[in-house]
Parts: sequence; structure tokens; C-alpha cells
Amino acid sequence: MRTILFILQKEFRQIFRDRTMLPIILVVPMVQLLILSYTATFELKNTRLAIIDQDHSVSSRSLNRKFEGSPFFSMVDGLITYDEGMEMLKRSKADQILVIESDLDYHIGRSEKAGLLLVTNAINGSAASLMNAYALAIINDFGKEVQKEMYPNLPKVMPIHIEVRHWYNPQLDYKTYMVPGILVLLVTLIGMFLSGMNIVKEKEFGTIEQINVTPIKKYQFMIGKLLPFWFIAMFELLFGLGFAALVFNIHIVGSLPLLLGVASVYLLVVLGFGLLVSTITETMQQAMFVSWFFLVIFILMSGLFTPAESMPDWAQWLNRINPIAYFIQINRMIMLKGSSFSDFADQFYALVVYAFVIFSLAVWRYRKVA
Amino acid sequence: MINPHIHIEGLTKSYGNEKALKALSVDIAKGELFGFIGPDGAGKTTLFRLLATLLLPDSGSAEVLGYDTVSGYKEIRKQIGYMPGKFSLYQDLSVEENLNFFAGIHGTTLQENYHLVQDIYQHIEPFKNRRAGKLSGGMKQKLALSCALIHQPKVLLLDEPTTGVDAVSRQEFWEMLKNLKEKGITVVVSTPYMDEAALCDRVALMQKGSVLKINTPQQITAEFGHALFSIRSDTMFKLLGDLLQLENTHAAFRFGDTIHFTSHNKEETSQSIANNLIAQGHHNVVVEPVLPTIEDCFILLMKMENNA
Repeated sequence: MRTILFILQKEFRQIFRDRTMLPIILVVPMVQLLILSYTATFELKNTRLAIIDQDHSVSSRSLNRKFEGSPFFSMVDGLITYDEGMEMLKRSKADQILVIESDLDYHIGRSEKAGLLLVTNAINGSAASLMNAYALAIINDFGKEVQKEMYPNLPKVMPIHIEVRHWYNPQLDYKTYMVPGILVLLVTLIGMFLSGMNIVKEKEFGTIEQINVTPIKKYQFMIGKLLPFWFIAMFELLFGLGFAALVFNIHIVGSLPLLLGVASVYLLVVLGFGLLVSTITETMQQAMFVSWFFLVIFILMSGLFTPAESMPDWAQWLNRINPIAYFIQINRMIMLKGSSFSDFADQFYALVVYAFVIFSLAVWRYRKVA
Repeated sequence: MINPHIHIEGLTKSYGNEKALKALSVDIAKGELFGFIGPDGAGKTTLFRLLATLLLPDSGSAEVLGYDTVSGYKEIRKQIGYMPGKFSLYQDLSVEENLNFFAGIHGTTLQENYHLVQDIYQHIEPFKNRRAGKLSGGMKQKLALSCALIHQPKVLLLDEPTTGVDAVSRQEFWEMLKNLKEKGITVVVSTPYMDEAALCDRVALMQKGSVLKINTPQQITAEFGHALFSIRSDTMFKLLGDLLQLENTHAAFRFGDTIHFTSHNKEETSQSIANNLIAQGHHNVVVEPVLPTIEDCFILLMKMENNA
């Protein structure tokens, strides 16, 4: 026990003596939360729309005004021909062009079918479908008004009335969705990177030689190495939660002790992962590459940015070995829905099994190598 | 040898096809200052890592303090102090913190065992708050030695402790080793510097994973077996070639800025060699009889080994 305390004292000394360490611990969470939660968003604002009005009629101007009034669109003015519009699209000066041909008013006046051409830059498919949906909603609205003018006696009430309610995130604010995920990312980075790197550093500097000839036992060394990062990661989580509450006004709905409990098990998984990486690498550079390889895959597949449910079946199956996916799921449930333990018991047990497997593997590998 | 502190028998270790140690056997007595002398690549570090229980031998065995390095590694680790060739203390911890840490994990304290390291530690005590990484080479070695000593080991394994250390610090360091030896600690040192061999009680001359000779340095030089001449002339390059061509040449090799020469002819004198060389057109020939050093012995032994 005393030995562990000596190792812990040394580790904390070294960690806090490292000049890059404190900024990493305090600044990284703030920067990640601030930048990622604002930028990693699928909300669409300021779609640049070029309306090519060849009709210059009452109807075309009324459609124009509808688009101008929408917060989702900003107008690219002064275009006259379809080719000019396409040029703007090509040069990424516009995202969408709407061509109103010169016979719109004429057809409407004669109660005939009228046509519009909507061209969308679809390089980003999901953004394109959103832009389309917004534009179509406005055009439909315009169509209904025209219809009402022409047939004032049509019944006003639609046969089916739909009222939509958005639960857990009533404003459909993307930040609410992102923040719990980014908190998970933070904890993961600290646990996996810093811990693994720390052990490999001893290998690279040769200090592990000196440690290995002392009567320190493996478990003492490992506890001494991992516990500091467990603490730092937990601190990081609390710090991030506080930051989210203060800056984004996102308060944890569920139980904080429950979240911390799950996090402490999850940390065993990531710390074990870091330990495992450190046993199969010799230099910090190698450790960095190996960790990064797994981390990128885990993060991108975790459902942090895109819903995991819409991935292909094999990817969802692969996600069963993705610890980040489990914890992001659980964290969102606790933070946003206020779920209780029984709601995510399966995911939690998966983490427990994971922690056990990865730790056994790491300890076994560690014995063989050192 | 009765009850040696270190008993090595047929120790063999390979890295892939590279044989680092070839069936090495050595006994080292309690309280001995023993040196493994040899150039880089002789297998010294491999031997020390095997003794420090950091490597497993392919075959053969080594016992330290009566414990086998494989089965008794736990006991050995409690009772030895090991100083790797590469400085391996924590550069971001201070002198005092390093010492306290190594004392702590051995279950002792600096205060308790201060008397053990006092002679050495007092050299660096004025800098006890300095980071280890900021120390000079000599001070680093003194700190490393203090850390290796703090738990009162019975055997000290020092792998090239004086490599990269200035001449004055080297001398100081050897003085310290002598004092430790006097306290009854078995000190095993490796070094590539032949001149340090004379400071050991006994040495093993190593080459390519084998021991060429084990004896006291005095005995090794006494067994040189030939009259040795140091020779100089105006044309050194031609001189070496000419000496190798002489009828009675046993060996001729560069030694500093002179050439060392031994002859098969026991009657050979400085004068006879000088005459011979002058006859071959050399000017300003100087031939002096000299006493063989460890380095002479090593070179001769190496040549015999290579010819065998």
C-alpha cells in the first residue's frame, strides 16, 4: 500500500509538473465543447439561394418575398439567366437556384398547372435534402395561397390534422444532442491517450528498467499508473458537466451519481485500452498511432455525429465492440432523458464485460513483456 | 571459489541469429570490485541485464547471492542495486525527489539510510532541488549510484557508469566504488575504457560475447609473455607495414601515436630493432622498451582469438 502511495505521489508530481498538462486538462474540454457543439451541426441556416425571376409578375414577386422572409435563406441577387445561376452554383457562390420561367403568372391567371425549376448543390446529400425540404415547404405554402385565391370556397380544414411535439430537446437544438457526446469524447481521450502514453514514456526513456529491478509488483505499478488518470478523467467529466450547465444551459436531467458510476466503469475500459496499447508499443509515437487508429474508428462509428441506427447492419454489429458508442448512448439517456439504471442495464453490463476482458488482456500482455 | 556472490555458468543469449553471449562462465567473490572490460558489442550490457533479472537466458544459468536469476528473481531484486548504461532516473523530478522515490518503493527513507549514500550524495546535495535532467553527466551518475545504493544492496551492478563522464568525475567515481567495496558490497562494473581495468580487483576481458581472460589486472599484464617495444619514426604509416614484414615479428599494432611491437626473437633489443629500421630507410627512429598495459594484453588476446 505504501508503495502505491509513493508511485501515486511521483505520478501526480510528474503530471502537474508537465507544462502542457494543465492547459490540456482545463482548456481542452472548454475548447472542444465550445467549438464542436457549435460547429458540428446539421441545422441549416443561410442557404444561399439565387432566384432567377424571368416572369417579373405579381405572382413571382410574391414567391420571392416568401423566400426573403424565411430565416433559412439568404438571397443571391442580380441573376437573370439560368446559365448565370449554374455558374454561381459551380463556383460555390450559391447553394440552390430557383428558376421562375416567364409564364408563371400567365398560367396561374388561367388556372393552369405552372412549373418551377429548383436546382440544389447535392455534394453533401443530407444538407441537400434539408435545403430541398425547406424550399419545398415555402413553395407549397405559396401554392396553397394561390389555390385559396382561386377557389375561396374550398374547405379550410384539412381532413387530418397533425401536431408535432419534440420530446427531450423541444427546440431541436443540436447542441443538446452534441454536448453529452463530446463529454464522452473528453473522458475517452484522457483515459486512453494520456495513460497509455505515460507508460510508454517510461519505456522510451528507459526509466522502466530501473523500476523493473525494484521489488515493485505489477499490480502496484499499474494502479499507480492508472489511478491518476482515472481521477483526472472524472474531474474532466464534472468540469465538462459544469461548463455545459453554465454556458449551454444544458442541465443533467437524470441522476449525477448514476452517471459518475457508469463513467467509472467506462474509464476502466479506456484505461485498460491505454494499458494494452502501451504493452504492444515501444515509443510514444507508435502508441500515438495505434491509439489514434482505434479512436478515430470508434469515434466516427459511435453515433456522436451521425445516428448509429442508420448505419449498415455490419457496422451496427461492429459497434458492439465500440465502448464509446455504449457510453455515448448511456450518457445521452441520463443527461437528456433522465433514464434510470434499468433503461440501459444491457449497455452497462456490456461495459462491465468489456472492462473485464480488456483489463485481463492488458495485464496478461504486460506480464509477458516486462 | 567458495560461496561466490555471483556464479555464472555457460550463460548464453542470442537476439535472433546474433549471439550476444556465448557460454559465459565467471565467479565473483563477495566484496570484490570486478570489471567486465570490452569494446562496444562485447555483450556487457546483455550480461548485466541478465544478472539484473531483466532478461531470460537461452541456456546456462546465473546465480546472484545464491538465487537463480530466473526462479529467484524476486529475492535478487530486493538485494541488488542496478545502474543501467543509459541514464534512467526521472529527468522531470528533482535530485531529492528521485532519491526519495527509490527509497520509498524499497520501503525505506533517505533519512534512514543517509549514511549509506552520504559519501556520494554530498557531492550533489547542494543541487538537491535541481531536476535530474538538468544535471551534468558526472552528477547524473552520482545520483544514479545514490539511487542504486539507497536500499542497502549487497551487490551493485553498474553498466558502463563512466561512459560519457569527464576525466575528473571518472576518477572520483572510481574512488567511490573503492569505498563501497571496502564496506563489503560486491561491485560489478563494465567499461570500454581499458585504463579503468587497473582499478579493479579482477577483470574479465570480453570480446564478441566470450571471455578472453579472467584474472587480476597485475597478473594479466604479467602474463603478457613478450618484451614490448614502443616505436616511432618520421613515416609512421610505412613503419607499421615494415614492422609487420620483419622476419621475427610476433605482433605490431598502433597504440596511441606510437606502434607497439613484440618479437619472436627473445634476444631482440631496442638497438637491434632500430638498426633494422634504419637499414630500411627510416629516419628519427625511437625504440623504447615499455611495460605492457591491459590494452596491449587485450589486443594481443584478440589477435590470437581471431587467428584461432
